[in-house]
Amino acid sequence: MRSQVEGSQAVARAVTLCRPQVIAAYPISPQTHIVESLSDRVRTGELAGCEYLMVESEFGAMSACIGASGAGARAYTATSSQGLLFMAEALFNASGLGLPVVMTVANRAIGAPINIWNDHSDAMAMRDSGWIQLYAESNQEAVDLHVQAFRLAESLSVPVMVCMDGFVLTHAFEEVDLPTQEQVDAFLPPLVPRQLLDPDEPVTIGAMVGPEAFAEVKYLMHVKQMAALDEIPVIAREFEAAFGRSSGGLLRPYRLEDAETVVVALGSVLGTIQDVVDAMRDDGVSVGALGIGCFRPWPVGEVREALQNANRVVVVEKAFAVGAGGIVGQNVRDATRRQPVEVYDVVAGLGGRPITRASLRALLDDVLGGRVDPGRLHFMDLDLELVQRELERSRHGERPGPHAENMLRDLGTVASGAYE
Amino acid sequence: MPYQEIKLYQTGTFVAGNRLLEPEQRSVQARTGRSNSITSGHRACRGCGEALGARYVLDAAMRATGGKVVAVNSTGCLEVFSTPYPESSWQLPWLHSLFGNGPAVAAGVAAALRARGRDDIRVVGQAGDGGTVDIGFGTLSGMFERNDDVLFVCYDNEGYMNTGVQRSGATPPAAITANTKALGQTPGNAFGQGKSVPLIAMAHEIPYVATATVAELRDLEYKVEKAMTFRGARYLHVFVPCPLGWGADSADTVRLARLSKETGLFPVFEAEAGEVTEVSRIRRQVPVEEYLRPQRRYAHLFGDHPRPDIVARLQARADRNIARFGLLPEGDE
Repeated sequence: MRSQVEGSQAVARAVTLCRPQVIAAYPISPQTHIVESLSDRVRTGELAGCEYLMVESEFGAMSACIGASGAGARAYTATSSQGLLFMAEALFNASGLGLPVVMTVANRAIGAPINIWNDHSDAMAMRDSGWIQLYAESNQEAVDLHVQAFRLAESLSVPVMVCMDGFVLTHAFEEVDLPTQEQVDAFLPPLVPRQLLDPDEPVTIGAMVGPEAFAEVKYLMHVKQMAALDEIPVIAREFEAAFGRSSGGLLRPYRLEDAETVVVALGSVLGTIQDVVDAMRDDGVSVGALGIGCFRPWPVGEVREALQNANRVVVVEKAFAVGAGGIVGQNVRDATRRQPVEVYDVVAGLGGRPITRASLRALLDDVLGGRVDPGRLHFMDLDLELVQRELERSRHGERPGPHAENMLRDLGTVASGAYE
Repeated sequence: MPYQEIKLYQTGTFVAGNRLLEPEQRSVQARTGRSNSITSGHRACRGCGEALGARYVLDAAMRATGGKVVAVNSTGCLEVFSTPYPESSWQLPWLHSLFGNGPAVAAGVAAALRARGRDDIRVVGQAGDGGTVDIGFGTLSGMFERNDDVLFVCYDNEGYMNTGVQRSGATPPAAITANTKALGQTPGNAFGQGKSVPLIAMAHEIPYVATATVAELRDLEYKVEKAMTFRGARYLHVFVPCPLGWGADSADTVRLARLSKETGLFPVFEAEAGEVTEVSRIRRQVPVEEYLRPQRRYAHLFGDHPRPDIVARLQARADRNIARFGLLPEGDE
C-alpha cells in the first residue's frame, strides 16, 4: 500500500511486519521516532507477542538482544551515533556468538564536538564489528532492507545492521509502498534458531576459547560473511519477485556502462549524485555512479567488476579515518588495485553539511580538470581559512582554549542563526 | 540414576545435620536427585567460595523450578573456571556474553521466554562483585527498576580476583589488593568508599532481596527457593571467601564466611518490596580481629607495626551493622 509517511514510521511499520519478539531500545536522536512508534505498535497490539524492554542504555539494549536471541526470540533494536559506540563491546559479542539480531542505525555524526546531524562516522567506526552493514538509499529501500535483513540474519545466523541516513531519511516524508502482512509472512518464515538456551537440551554458549580454536571461530565469522555475498543477491532477487520492486543487493550501478569517471557513495546522497551524473551526461561527460548497498561484507569482486572500465573513481564518503584517509576509499582502492585507475578520496557531508549538486559538480569538474591530487585526502566545501585562523590563534598565548568554541565564535553564527 | 551414598554428620557448628531432618527438609545437595548444574572437573581454586555458592544456588534453583532454569553469566572467575574450551561444567543451558551486561542479557532471555510463552522456564543471572557492583551496575539497576523476571546472584569475594586481585566497589576498607597495597599513610583500601548493593537493590523496591554466606548453605538454598516463588526482579548477594585473593587457607573458606556474619561485618538478611523482613542473628558474637587475622590481606594490621586504630575502625563498621540490622540475639540488644 502506497502512503505518504515519515521514514521512521515506515521503518517501524516494516519492523512490525517482521514480527520481532523482543525489542530492546534506548532513545537517541535521530532514531527516536522509530522506537517510539514501535512502542505504540506493541501497546496497541498491532505488534502482538512482542516484549518491549526500555533499557537503561544502548549497551543494555544490545545486551538484551543478545539474551533474547540466545533464548530463541527474533530480536531487534535501533540506535544512532554515540549509542552505536556505547554498544561497541556488545556488537562484537553478538557477531562472535553468531546471533541473528537486526538493528537500524539512523546514521549520525560522532562527537566531540557533539553534533546530532547525519554522517556515517558511527556505522563506519563499527565496520569491523562482524555485523553485516546494509545502507539504504531511500525510505522505500529502508523499508525493504529491513524485511530482507531479518531473512539474511536468520539464514546465516549473523547480525545485520540496516543503515539509513539520520534526519535525511528518518525524518523525511516520502511516498513509500508498505508491504502487507501476508507478503512479509510469505517472505520471512518464523525464526528457527541455530542455537537455543533450552533446559531440555542444555548447551553452553559463550565459553572461553584459547589459542587452540580462537582463530577458527573467528575465521568462521569471515566465512559466513563471504557466504552473505552470495546470499544477499539471492534474497534481493526473491524480494523483487515477491514484492515487485528492486531493492537491496550488493551494488547499485547507475549509468556505469561506458563511464570513464565513476562516483562511489553510500546512502541517501546517491540521489543527488545521480542528478549530477544526469546533468553531466547531458553535457557529454562520460560519468556514472556506483552505490554501495552492502559495505560489510565488502563485495570486492563485484566492485572490481563494476569499476573495470573506469579511469577515475571518486569516492564521496561521509566519514574518514583520522590520520589515514578515506575508509570506503581504501576499500575501493583494494578492489581496483590491479586496474589502471585513479581513486580520489573525498570526505563530504560531515556533521550534516549538505552535499549539494553544485559542490559535486565543482568537485567532478576539478577532478576532470586535473586540479585534485589523487594522492591526498580531499575535503569537499572545507572552510580552510577558518581552520587556518584557528591554527594561528593556537600559536599565541598559553591557553588558546577549545577549538570548536573558538571557531564558532570566529564564524559568528550557529546553525540556528547569529552567534550570541 | 545409580544410588549415591551420602555421609551425613553434625557439622560442628550450630547447623543441624541432615540426618536429624525429615527427608523433605533435607538440603538439595543431600539428595541423590540433585542436578549437579555445575558439575565436577572445573578449574576453580581449592577452597573456592564462589564455586561452592554457585553449586548450591543453581541446584536449589533447579529443584525449585523442576529443572527449568537458564543461567546467564557475566565474565569473571566463575565463567573462566567453568568453561575452558572445549569443556564445560554446565549441565543447564548457560550463556556468557560480557563482563558488564549480565543483568541485561538475563533480562533479554526472560523477555524472549515470555514472548515465546515459555515463562515456565526461569532465569538466573550470575556475576562476581566486579560484574555486579561496578561494571555491571548500570544494567543491574535497569533490570531492577523494570522488575524483569530474573533472579540475579552476586558472588561477592570482595575484589577482582580473576584479573589478579584488584580492588572493587565491594572491597572492604583496609584490605590489601594488588592496587591497594600496604603503602603510604592509609595502608590497604580506603575507608569511606564502597557500596552495599543489597541496600541499593532494596531502594528499587524489588520483590525480594537477600544476603547469604557459604557458611550457612541450607540458608542459601532456602533463599534461592524462596526467591523462585516470586516473579519479577530478585537479588541475592552471597558472601564467598576467596582463598587466593584474601591470602587465606583453602580449608578456612567456610570458617571465614561464618565469621563474616558472626562479627557483624556481613549482615545476613531478607527484604521484600524494600523492607527488611528477616535478619539472621549472630549466634556468638566475635570481635572482628578473629575474622581478620587468618587473612593475609589484613596482615599489615597485626605485624611489626600493628594498627589497632584501623582494627577499631573495622570493629566500628561491624558494630554499626549490628545496630542497624539488629543482628544480636534477642535479649542481647
